[in-house]
Amino acid sequence: MFEYAPAPESRSVVDIAPSYGLFINGTFEAPGSTGGVFKTVNPATEEVLAEVSAAGPEDVDRAVAAARSAFGPWSALPGAERAKYLFRIARIIQERSRELAVLESLDNGKPIKESRDVDLPLVAAHFFYYAGWADKLEYAGFGENPRPIGVAAQVIPWNFPLLMLAWKIAPALATGNTVVLKPAETTPLSALFFADICRQADLPPGVVNIITGAGETGRTLVEHPGVDKVAFTGSTEVGRQIARSVAGTGKRLTLELGGKAANIVFDDAPIDQAVEGIVNGIFFNQGHVCCAGSRLLVQESAYDEVMESLKRRMATLRLGDPLDKNTDIGAINSAEQLERIRVLTDAGSQEGPERWSPPCELPAQGFWFAPTIFTGVTQAHRIAREEIFGPVLSVLTFRTPAEAIEKANNTPYGLSAGIWSEKGSLILAVADKLRAGVIWANTFNKFDPTSPFGGYKESGYGREGGRHGLEAYLG
Amino acid sequence: MTATLDLRASLHGLPGVDKVGVEARAAALATRSVKTTAKAAAIDLAIRMVDLTTLEGADTPGKVRALAAKALRPDPADSSCPHVGAVCVYPAMVPYVAEVLAGSGVHLASVATAFPSGQAPLDVKLADTRDAVAAGADEIDMVISRGAFLAGRYDHVFEEIVAVKQACGDAHLKVILETGELATYDNVRRASWLAMLAGADFIKTSTGKVPVAATLPVTLVMLEAVRDFRARTGRQVGVKPAGGIKTTKDAIKYLVMINETVGDDWLDPAWFRFGASSLLNDLLMQRTKLTTGHYAGPDYFTLD
Repeated sequence: MFEYAPAPESRSVVDIAPSYGLFINGTFEAPGSTGGVFKTVNPATEEVLAEVSAAGPEDVDRAVAAARSAFGPWSALPGAERAKYLFRIARIIQERSRELAVLESLDNGKPIKESRDVDLPLVAAHFFYYAGWADKLEYAGFGENPRPIGVAAQVIPWNFPLLMLAWKIAPALATGNTVVLKPAETTPLSALFFADICRQADLPPGVVNIITGAGETGRTLVEHPGVDKVAFTGSTEVGRQIARSVAGTGKRLTLELGGKAANIVFDDAPIDQAVEGIVNGIFFNQGHVCCAGSRLLVQESAYDEVMESLKRRMATLRLGDPLDKNTDIGAINSAEQLERIRVLTDAGSQEGPERWSPPCELPAQGFWFAPTIFTGVTQAHRIAREEIFGPVLSVLTFRTPAEAIEKANNTPYGLSAGIWSEKGSLILAVADKLRAGVIWANTFNKFDPTSPFGGYKESGYGREGGRHGLEAYLG
Repeated sequence: MTATLDLRASLHGLPGVDKVGVEARAAALATRSVKTTAKAAAIDLAIRMVDLTTLEGADTPGKVRALAAKALRPDPADSSCPHVGAVCVYPAMVPYVAEVLAGSGVHLASVATAFPSGQAPLDVKLADTRDAVAAGADEIDMVISRGAFLAGRYDHVFEEIVAVKQACGDAHLKVILETGELATYDNVRRASWLAMLAGADFIKTSTGKVPVAATLPVTLVMLEAVRDFRARTGRQVGVKPAGGIKTTKDAIKYLVMINETVGDDWLDPAWFRFGASSLLNDLLMQRTKLTTGHYAGPDYFTLD
């Protein structure tokens, strides 16, 4: 085998401070706050990257108050003026993209090739896209004079920290809202760097406030009476709690939650590309993707061919140092998530399906999980029903299109799905019957700011991205 | 009639190739970063895989002798530099090259069969082939009749390849698909299988005489074809991208692609070649850079 020498991206392009305060009303406060402090680690090495402040109730009060007082002038600006700020932010993100990509890989554990080639370009594209909408809102189809809602409380997950921030902040600002955003506890750094970008762009104080902390901070924020709109991306369990707490308050709510997407491969599929799509569907970002294609449905007549190709392909996946440019699979984001993956895969092994991983050496330090597939899975197994949120694929089979549709829809979730076939009429017929927010045909995990994203059933409600994404922020 | 039907059914029964998907995969593989020791090993392997080529109307005995000398010792200043895989010339030039290469281990390839268009009667193509072999070529690069292929006359193309293979005797047969004229990846996959079924020892992308020559996605489709063909029949077939591969960086992308598609078994000059002329000097320049730490000017590398 032709061995590639290590090709690490330089860590020196990013300068992480030893400790960070909250970003409220345009300034970084002194580190430490009423909620105390916590550490964020590099999941690939368990090394502490920085100490971050946990926002307590008084901090949340101040952040919401700052957003409230900024709302009047910000929403009164002509759309074209707001657009200038968004364009400026987008350009600064592009200029600083190498630094931000390295930072994201350090704090999250994702491979640098993904943060560099996927996350950062999409982050910038999102700001550019919504900057373009800011002065065209009256033509967006939401009435003659669409108005912003007010202060948006936004809570985002750890799987795509900066990208989820962009999905939340770009449409909110374009429509004239102000925001208080809380990044995930295990990945707070890129949001704090984004706060610095807001300063660099001369964004008026209070328009964007970044408060860090764990679940308790998030709860305080979304339950705060000064908040008009709540946007959450994360687990279905937390989403349910938020829906409960917001009920009856008059706050507007959008939720983007879990998924258990079916990736359906028909026997007339372009097999080599389908296998790439299967790999990309479940092993991209270590499977920490809410729309991951975690259930593979293969037509029985193509089963042997697909599985043989898939195993051969999986053997070439390179797991290791996220900063190495040749790494395909990075670290699991936290010890807690690793434990959750272990519990579910152990259950999978015990319930009967056959487990397989390619030969794969895991580093001694850090949180790692080898790419894994389970074959012989049925709808009754836990690993076919529960979201694992890791590099674990459950393989099921079907005989007819009707059976594929039935199995694909037989889940409490409905975020995404994939269809692989060379027959266009079959793709259209199947897509029409799948109950999922996003359906990819002969591709998977493709994102674009112009395309709305969101779920059916327990995968949440509301749409982010595209023209549809404006609606969640207009009154 | 039955043979025609079988061949058509087999070729059209192959899985399709999704254009967007195959191009994305090739582009993703091209982002691999090959540095230091890995780069040094890759450069030497790439040099051993070069089919050093001149296919010009202006070729003369003097010109091809010089090329052959270079093939034997690409870097006169460094005896650790390996020789190339083969020299590739027109049939009329074969005797002059044969004198130089005799006993060296460098193969002697000749294009034949009315290269590059293939538009000649079969007996002319066969005579062309036999002459080249008789003059000392141990590898023949033939062109398929693209017109016949595109018209769906697969049996015609198949029979031509079979006949040329027979005329080759012990010489290895490389079948040029001229993928730039086949237009679709599905056609590339079908033509690859057609050539392999007819007995090709190698499948080659291009003549270098049409605007679109070797590309990474086309080569990826061909590598998948030889991989699948071996899995089905047990016979291993080589791959040769040709035309347009000019830099070390390009060559390394191909090696990465072999590595991650078909693996070790094809990472060998017996199973993979680059049809190229200017590539060799860039490989030599990069090789020198790795050993000395600085780039030498073009005058420090020999003209072909």
